[in-house]
Amino acid sequence: MKLRTLVWRELFERKSQMLTCFLAIFLGITTVVAIKNVTFYSEKAVAREMDSLGANVLVLPKSTTLQDYYSADMHEEVIPEEYVMRLTMSDIEGVDNLSPKLCVPVELRGKEFALTGILPKSEFQAKAAWGGAGIFSRPIGCGAIDTGTNSEPEDKRTLVRKRVIKDLESHEILIGPDVAAALDLNEGDTLTLLEEPFSVIAVLPETGTVDDSRIFAHLHTVQRLSGNDAVVNCIEIVGCCEEISAGLVGKVNDLLPSAKVVTVKQVVATQQNVNHMMGRLSTIFLVIIVVVGGAGIANYMYANVFERRREIGTLMALGAESGLVLRIFLLKALLLGLAGGIGGFLIGTTLAVTLGPKLAGVPVLPMPMLALWAVGISAGITLSASYFPARRAARLDPVATFQEV
Amino acid sequence: MLRMEEVSKSYKHRGQLVKALDGAAVHITKGDFVSVVGPSGSGKSTLLLMLGGMLSPTSGRVLLGDRSIYDLSSDRRARLRKESIGFVFQTFNLVPYLTALENVQIPLYLAGADEGAQEQTASALLERVGLGDRLDHKPTELSVGQQQRVALARMLANDPSVILADEPTGNLDPETADQVIGFFEDCNKEGRTIVMVTHDPKAAERAKRTLKLRDGKIISEQEQSLHVA
Repeated sequence: MKLRTLVWRELFERKSQMLTCFLAIFLGITTVVAIKNVTFYSEKAVAREMDSLGANVLVLPKSTTLQDYYSADMHEEVIPEEYVMRLTMSDIEGVDNLSPKLCVPVELRGKEFALTGILPKSEFQAKAAWGGAGIFSRPIGCGAIDTGTNSEPEDKRTLVRKRVIKDLESHEILIGPDVAAALDLNEGDTLTLLEEPFSVIAVLPETGTVDDSRIFAHLHTVQRLSGNDAVVNCIEIVGCCEEISAGLVGKVNDLLPSAKVVTVKQVVATQQNVNHMMGRLSTIFLVIIVVVGGAGIANYMYANVFERRREIGTLMALGAESGLVLRIFLLKALLLGLAGGIGGFLIGTTLAVTLGPKLAGVPVLPMPMLALWAVGISAGITLSASYFPARRAARLDPVATFQEV
Repeated sequence: MLRMEEVSKSYKHRGQLVKALDGAAVHITKGDFVSVVGPSGSGKSTLLLMLGGMLSPTSGRVLLGDRSIYDLSSDRRARLRKESIGFVFQTFNLVPYLTALENVQIPLYLAGADEGAQEQTASALLERVGLGDRLDHKPTELSVGQQQRVALARMLANDPSVILADEPTGNLDPETADQVIGFFEDCNKEGRTIVMVTHDPKAAERAKRTLKLRDGKIISEQEQSLHVA
């Protein structure tokens, strides 16, 4: 006979009550863990986007709505490719690069991928009139002017980070890692797309975004193969710094009044709002768990003390001190709290990892640190809620055991 | 061994003062076997609870040996019960979710015995009361008589010098009741002091001495004539 035997056996004596109490804690912790987990990775994704794309501006068809920067071109609306020329020939300053894109869905071996037409930078630099033109010169404070005379060979995989590539031949492609894995392709392999052969010149690194399942080809090739005119889905303006991008929006709006111009901040604002809302939700849920869950547990414990008054009186008659009675009830509360916290963490994490990507559009990984938090909160609530009932039990008059008094 | 000096117990019930015990003076020597009889509400259980350190008197003193029980804190009194007093209840008061063996282990656990010693002592006690083959049975799996025997085994777990029994045969058939009283007689022969509250005149006769209570007062004290069982 040990204290934990007394507690453990009694827990399973009244299974339905115990289960109800456990579920209250478990469901609450599950919800909060899932929300916190998804929010963490969503915020990380937003921070990453802001970090790498903070200075960027998107030119889109007027009627599009956008929630994810990386899928800015994945819609059916188009704008004339001529807008690229207008931007290039303008005197707008603070632009590192321009990246027009046309996205065409393709099916390969039963899977859908995004064939994305991009215009290499060399196409801009070939036009003498564009060399040294305002579009590629930086204002003071924005770093050195890029004259495009870098003679070192380009690492084409920097496309995903720099958003633009210097050279791309008409039948060359770069593929995302998911594409490479699905189609078992490596650098140097050949792939037939829309009945034409293409050479894989690079497999891009994993970014955790929709770019991982893209196939990048020359814009004009994609326009031709898809039967499109000289149109694009979006033009990505790679700004030289975040301060400049704010000014860019107004100038591009003036230049292209028929287009929609958005900054990364605006694009991620929705995600940020979702994150804030989820963050507030998790706080609200936590408060609900503490108040409602705690009240439920306290009620269960008081009822348990009342049901067991004869047993408590008997234990006291046999010599149990008040401290032991207190420990019996607090240990029971602790066990329920631990079980609720551990179970809540496991199921909450599973939900976050499986449903999070679908709901928030970002990959979600388990967060082991949340386990400590979940168990701590859960045990804290059950112990706090059970303290007064346990104290009542410890102060019970053992005379309740006897019938005639 | 056990003394009550002018002990009274009053409490308020719906604004009226109720005297459960009035000026009781009792002297119980070591090795005595006392039965306490009287009609319902006469104060029998009140007297027993006070002797067991579980109900403090309104006035007077209760002494175990030289110690005034109610000068001790409630936890000290609990320790005193653990060390010296064994209880038997009319409704047995077994813990329903523990087996017979575990029920008997409770006083040993409370006294700080290690698990091995607990199991050994408890098994031996249950063998003594004829329940050696029922160690793993829960109270609901035992008959009424068997439950009372588990309670008796539990009562002896800490080798008490004083046994306080509240209507130990109240729920038993005559044959089982006779066995229980016989068990008390054996315990008394071992030198243990027994105070037994009972409605059963036959059980009362088996004690060495009988105290009669009415309306909270001890109205008579009678030595039993010796008889051969």
